[in-house]
Amino acid sequence: MFYESKTSILKSVSEIQIIKMNYKSLLDKLPYSKPFLFVDDIEHVDSNSITGRYTFHEDSHFYNGHFKDNPVTPGVLLTECCAQIGLVCFGLFLLNDEEASALKIGMSSSEMEFYIPVYPNEKVTVSSEKIYFRFNKLKCNVKMYNEKGELICKGVIAGMIKKADNE
Amino acid sequence: MNTEERYKKLLEIVKLYLPEDVSEDAISEESHFIDELNINSANLVDIVLDVEDAFDIMLENDDMDQMATVHDALVIIDKKLLEK
Repeated sequence: MFYESKTSILKSVSEIQIIKMNYKSLLDKLPYSKPFLFVDDIEHVDSNSITGRYTFHEDSHFYNGHFKDNPVTPGVLLTECCAQIGLVCFGLFLLNDEEASALKIGMSSSEMEFYIPVYPNEKVTVSSEKIYFRFNKLKCNVKMYNEKGELICKGVIAGMIKKADNE
Repeated sequence: MNTEERYKKLLEIVKLYLPEDVSEDAISEESHFIDELNINSANLVDIVLDVEDAFDIMLENDDMDQMATVHDALVIIDKKLLEK
């Protein structure tokens, strides 16, 4: 009994390592780069949901203009962050493609509600739950929280995601 | 359900996803969903999901690839209903 449980612990540790590697490779496959990458890391992903994080750095250029002398993260970028984690990272995982082949992606709809502002240097957590992923369309319920666990925004976003060589 | 009823049922679904610049009268059996009715590929997926519910059938990726026109959709619906 004791040995059995020890083995299962060892197994789960190696499984965690594999999963962590997969998270890293998910990020490597993302078709974004600075200054338009809004994912730092993936905390968890399975076939039904994903959770990831991003910190909005104070040196981002958009804070100079949004707003003048009063930096607040634009809602479109909160939506973008939700989409990069909740649709694109999630979609990459669901496509389960071993090779880093080119992707065709596009957001097709988003309906968001915003509750509290995000200021420079805030770290946000995005969680996304699959409504459906069929015929290359991924539709999800997304939520974004701040470090206090307060709901920043939530909504429903959908997009098309597929391998470019899969036409 | 006869052919005409199936067509009517499909039409009711397609209407929901027409963009504002296309009128319901523009739909015919020959209409191409994307090129003529200006329905985007994401809404075409919604049409397929609604069709599955309305006719209690299940479509595969291959069916979706072949579904370019309203007529194509009717052919696929007929085929799936026969297989049931």
